[in-house]
Amino acid sequence: MDDFYVIFEGERLEYHQIVIALFVIVGAAFALVGLSASWLLSPTNPTHGKGISFESGVDAIGEPWIRFRAGYFVYAMLYVIFDIEVVFLYPWAVALGSEATGWFILVEMVLFVVILLGGLAYAQKEGALQWH
Amino acid sequence: MNEWLRALISVLLLLVIMLVNGSMTIYMLRKVLGHMHLRLGPTELGPAGIAQLIPDIVKLLVKEDRHPNKTDYWIYAIAPILVFVPGLMAYAAIPFSEDLIASDMTYGFLMTVGFLSIIPLGIFAAGYASYNKYSLLGAMRSIGASISYEVPLILSAIVPIMLAGSLNLREIVLAQANSLWFIIPAFPSAIIFFICALMETANVPFDLAEAETELIAGFSTEYSAMRFGFMYLTEFSNNFILASLMVVLFFGGWTLPFVPAEIIEPIAPIIFVLKSYLLIFCFMVVKGSVSRFRVDQMAALGFKVLVTSALIWALIFGVGYKIFLMTVGGGA
Repeated sequence: MDDFYVIFEGERLEYHQIVIALFVIVGAAFALVGLSASWLLSPTNPTHGKGISFESGVDAIGEPWIRFRAGYFVYAMLYVIFDIEVVFLYPWAVALGSEATGWFILVEMVLFVVILLGGLAYAQKEGALQWH
Repeated sequence: MNEWLRALISVLLLLVIMLVNGSMTIYMLRKVLGHMHLRLGPTELGPAGIAQLIPDIVKLLVKEDRHPNKTDYWIYAIAPILVFVPGLMAYAAIPFSEDLIASDMTYGFLMTVGFLSIIPLGIFAAGYASYNKYSLLGAMRSIGASISYEVPLILSAIVPIMLAGSLNLREIVLAQANSLWFIIPAFPSAIIFFICALMETANVPFDLAEAETELIAGFSTEYSAMRFGFMYLTEFSNNFILASLMVVLFFGGWTLPFVPAEIIEPIAPIIFVLKSYLLIFCFMVVKGSVSRFRVDQMAALGFKVLVTSALIWALIFGVGYKIFLMTVGGGA
């Protein structure tokens, strides 16, 4: 399995990549088969009432596709920051236990995380973590 | 040729496992919640009502598939596939036993979490395209939920990964086979991971995207028949993925303490699945006992409590672990 690969458009694909590609193909194919089976087996009787959007038994007032604010905008920004931070933390976590790494990476990461925690505390103090 | 066959068989097998997991979890949910409500759940068809699953699936197949006339049709139509395919791909790296892994990737944990985080995008597409106010609100909420659980979920897994020194799920399990289950040194991580798993699977305290008392059915309000079926199948099979990730990270995967490897080897997948279902049972007990959070409370919980505590705990643990290794020098 380890030395198995396929050349696809000049790129070398490993076994794991092929499995992932197969997952996409088989998953999509299965979903399509299921949906077409449903399409073939189910009755069709469109009436006016079935074609309007559901609104607890009354006709909806106004368009559903309107602009409205996402209350979590600041959270979304923080999410991006922390997601990137996690990318840095993972190699560190994997390498931490090995004997080859010394004290240096520990001190480095402590500084990095403390700065980020300081940032989070500052965001909290400034009221950025309030839901508007 | 052998490898192609192995790949295809493993994918098809996992597809079947996903379908069985999805429907079994639905059945189990009805039974567990029923007993928690002092009623019986399904009882009529088959032993303990288990055959109820078959008419349920048939019903999904033969129902009329209606949608509002004004939907953004192509997005509406592909959204169930967008939800279903990543839900299936998340099974790729799950180690049912030492050999039963579809794709033994070195970065298996990150890939699984990555596939899971595609699902909210499909849910958002479904909610947006449905031409319904409830769906749009549910879609926005599902994105809001995903940004509040993803970071603590990944951060809380750092401690077991530190201990195992690998991102490969099989190696994480093997690291626990000869020592402690990581739940013991990493107990706070396990708690954070459990809460985030509840958020990820949209179990009740955090099921804001489909809060049926507020939003009818949230993002899936305008979905019916098999399209609805695929989205809910994925939702329920995600319970298994999160539970099995937790089993891998904290509960020793397919291993059992004090039991030699020769005895475990033939029954390893059974042990793994049983452990996962035990955790799904815990999810359901929580689901039956607590009431729903508000959406701002959930984001506040995610960022103020979970991220901070996961980060501080990872830092404390990392420092302590390194000092332990450098001074005592126990073989890592």
